[in-house]
Amino acid sequence: MNELVFFINNVVISGAVSGSIYAIGAIGVTLVFSIMRFAHFAHADMMTFGALMVFMFTALFPGAGAALGIPTPLLMLPIAMVITAFLAIGIDKTFYKPLREHGVKPIVIVIASLGVTLMLQGLIRLFAGTSSRSMYIEERKEIFRIDMPFDLATRPIVITEPQITLIIFTILAVIGLHLFLNRTRMGKAMRAMSDNPDLARVSGINTNKVVVVTWILAGSLAAMAGTFLSMDVSLTPDMSFFLLLPIFAAAIVGGVGHPYGAIAGGFLVGYAETLSVFNWSILLRRVHHWFPEWMEIPRDLALVGSEYKIVVPFFILVAVLVWRPTGIFKGKVI
Amino acid sequence: MSLLNATQVEGGYGGMNILKGVDMAIDKEDIGVIVGPNGAGKSTMLKAIFGLVEVNGGDILLRDKSIKNSAPNKLVELGMGFIPQEKNIFPSMTVEENLEMGAYIKPHTTKTMLERIYSFFPPLLEKRKQPAGELSGGQRQMVAMGRALMTEPTLLLLDEPTAGLSPLYMQEIFDRIVEINKAGVGILMVEQNAKQALEIATKGFVLASGQNLYTDTGQNLLNDPEVAKSFLGG
Amino acid sequence: MLAKLTEKFPEGLPVREVIVAALVFVAVLLVFASQGSAYSVRMLVEASCYAIIALGLTIQWGYGGQFNAGVMGFVALGGFCAMLFSMPVNPAFWGTELASDLGRVFLWALVALAIVIGASQLHRLGVPKKLRTTLTIILALLSWLILKSMFAPVTSAIESQAGYIGGLGMPAWVGWLVGGLLAGMVGYFVGHVCLGLRSDYLAIATLGIAEIIKAILKNEDWLTRGTATVSPLPWPTPGPGELGFVMARSIYLVITAVMIVAIFYLLQKAYNAPWGRMIRSIRDNEISAQAMGKDINKRRLEVFVFGCVLIGIGGGALTTFNGIFSPDNYLPLNHTFLVLVMVILGGPGNNLGTILGALLVYIIWVMSEPLALFLMQGGADLMTNWLGWEAPDNLSSRALQARVFVIGLLIVLVLRYAPKGLMPEKIKHVT
Ligand SMILES: Nc1ncnc2c1ncn2[C@@H]1O[C@H](COP(=O)(O)OP(=O)(O)OP(=O)(O)O)[C@@H](O)[C@H]1O
Ligand SMILES: [Mg+2]
Repeated sequence: MNELVFFINNVVISGAVSGSIYAIGAIGVTLVFSIMRFAHFAHADMMTFGALMVFMFTALFPGAGAALGIPTPLLMLPIAMVITAFLAIGIDKTFYKPLREHGVKPIVIVIASLGVTLMLQGLIRLFAGTSSRSMYIEERKEIFRIDMPFDLATRPIVITEPQITLIIFTILAVIGLHLFLNRTRMGKAMRAMSDNPDLARVSGINTNKVVVVTWILAGSLAAMAGTFLSMDVSLTPDMSFFLLLPIFAAAIVGGVGHPYGAIAGGFLVGYAETLSVFNWSILLRRVHHWFPEWMEIPRDLALVGSEYKIVVPFFILVAVLVWRPTGIFKGKVI
Repeated sequence: MSLLNATQVEGGYGGMNILKGVDMAIDKEDIGVIVGPNGAGKSTMLKAIFGLVEVNGGDILLRDKSIKNSAPNKLVELGMGFIPQEKNIFPSMTVEENLEMGAYIKPHTTKTMLERIYSFFPPLLEKRKQPAGELSGGQRQMVAMGRALMTEPTLLLLDEPTAGLSPLYMQEIFDRIVEINKAGVGILMVEQNAKQALEIATKGFVLASGQNLYTDTGQNLLNDPEVAKSFLGG
Repeated sequence: MLAKLTEKFPEGLPVREVIVAALVFVAVLLVFASQGSAYSVRMLVEASCYAIIALGLTIQWGYGGQFNAGVMGFVALGGFCAMLFSMPVNPAFWGTELASDLGRVFLWALVALAIVIGASQLHRLGVPKKLRTTLTIILALLSWLILKSMFAPVTSAIESQAGYIGGLGMPAWVGWLVGGLLAGMVGYFVGHVCLGLRSDYLAIATLGIAEIIKAILKNEDWLTRGTATVSPLPWPTPGPGELGFVMARSIYLVITAVMIVAIFYLLQKAYNAPWGRMIRSIRDNEISAQAMGKDINKRRLEVFVFGCVLIGIGGGALTTFNGIFSPDNYLPLNHTFLVLVMVILGGPGNNLGTILGALLVYIIWVMSEPLALFLMQGGADLMTNWLGWEAPDNLSSRALQARVFVIGLLIVLVLRYAPKGLMPEKIKHVT
């Protein structure tokens, strides 16, 4: 049974964790796309920025969380979300909005967002250096070991506190987003603008306000995803680099402009990644006796080595673009 | 004081002028109908009035106040409504949500207005939970008109409200427009079904190449042999 | 005199061109005066290689309106081929069992490929499509796993016994050409998938493929020695050992200059030919171009592949000149974004503008390193003296980050305030 536990730890939990992070990131990308119609490349760096803000405040008040009984980074998350939201609005005002009003092609704004990516990366590393840091400064990351009630399983299922929090927050974020988009006036206005921007303007919807709200959502979700990723592993200033492709793959798989699709896409990409780097030989060895004598099970039976993890989202991306460019949930026809 | 008074309007897309000095005036009790060949600039004129196309000459007055190049959402607040020629619904949103979006600037009136729109367009009531993109052409047109009426506008601009509809539906829509007008809403619409439209028009404008060719009452235009020959298909 | 001039330049004197060229010239002179000729010629050769790469990008972005965000990957492919073809033959690989072992694995790979392709065509035999797809996927996964486990022992044997497979002992320029072809092939694959879709997708896909290419070059040690790097790469010209730095580099410069002139001539011709007009009309107005004919995607693919070929060739020439193949040396910043700045600043779609832009931007880039360091040092001193702050120890890394920021800022500013670059594309109106 230890193999099963191993599978749960390395695939089920680990896939849910990266899936949640990709999903939250992809929601932001897809929202920005559906309102402003461009692929926002700087999104992953907004994630890093948000996590860095959390780290800064945690470093300033390392004991704050203990007083309230929650991890300090979690306590600092709302502040970082607000700051990142402001950053996102500011970036839009200074860099994207003038181009939009100038009536440039969307791809020019994509290039501008790459410029913004470089600026953010430069700034972040200028101030924070390039080494990775733990988000737990004075606290210890709590690790839960759940023993299995079988005699055969000697190893426990391991899940950490930030992982549990992440999964809870993801569920909350999804429910919140659903209610926002379907029940509130602003949420419906966002859907209207994504459906038909000209008609939204004609209907009296203040599209500038919708754009601002979109950036607030995108920015604060980005901060959240970045923070949880950093709490799960550690804060590395170049983590955006590993996030960009999976997030875009998730958004496209789900159908761009389709928030629920982005969530599904995030988990799809997350699980595809963990399943691809999982070494199946561990499970197969257990059932070795089913195979004929002469068959040897190689020691390494992962689809790709972990150094090629980046290939997985790319492969998914290409497959979707070839077979169903609108995504599995039929995004915007573009 | 006329409700809408546009004088010598010039404007177009990307610096190129499509409209070359167009005049148009509409009162509260008017149904104004714009006819003319394809590409004459009819839609462009409506868009120019509604702030969707840049106006770089002339002036547009609403109740004697200039609304030249105002943002569309400001114009909605001033009591104007606009139904574009195409893409005039939110396809993935339900019929009811489409209507709600119409009342975006007056959320507190949504409920009562919804009831009124449903009684005005009964077919929409049973379809209210259905995505508007799944409706028939005529039903979509009702959604589009309903959306624009949600704010109780005093001036309604319609761009080819009967395009692609069967004659029966077309008559239905024209009847509704007359009804709306009777309730005190000034109407300015573009129509390809020129004869039927001019029948109900109090004012008719014939536009060609971005200029006024004729301006008269609907009846007079119908009776003018020149107009009939060139623009009404004989 | 004046009449003669206006006769020669009916569109007016090329004032911008003259000014930009003069600017470049002055910059070059300044570098020569301050850094000495060995350094300056090296910089010029590198700049000329970048100019070739930038010409490739200006075709894609300027002519075709396609945004390639993964220039680095194609540059690295060119560099890899330059290394593979020019390095001397490795007898420890070719003279032993290893070569035939590797060959056998490749043969099996071909067999597996044939089986999978065969399975994907099963519907022609009346097999239901769903079953065919499932079968194909299962077969592909199985053969991938089997091949992988056959491959691993061979490659690790190569790594431990021979280091890596070595080169083919051919002249470097063969490698450049093959590098261009390889880059073009990868470009064909990406372009084929993405060019019919929204332009954003191409950007995402190229960004991804560049990272994948780099990951492969970095991790397949049997092929590239990975992080252990390969050097020295032989030049196609006499090396500095024989002629001294200045002379050897100058001869290399002559080669790259000739390449630029040739490419420039070809591009200029293509631009004004019906092909070029077609390309531009597709970029400027897709809908009306669509009405002209339905070969839009084919034309686009041509543009994209052609651009990738040039980028690959430029990457080959650059890597050979640097004398070392190190996958870690290919950086998005230097090989994607710097090139992007060269193109959008020089004038997308304007070949001369792109070449001058490449020279100018590269000179500024190289010279900004000491400048940034100097400024950082100054700032740090100020901090220590006035505020008593401890200067951070890794100043040079921070100076690099400051330059990253500046490149990003430059991109946004140019897009906003000079979207057509220093030398805008000249649209000839055909009457
Ligand atoms: N978005 C646009 N961008 C550029 N030019 C446009 C645009 N929309 C319309 N035009 C041009 O403006 C001119 C007038 O178009 P407009 O839509 O006003 O014609 P119309 O009179 O409404 O014709 P129709 O009866 O076909 O609806 C046409 O020549 C058209 O090509
Ligand atoms: Mg029209």
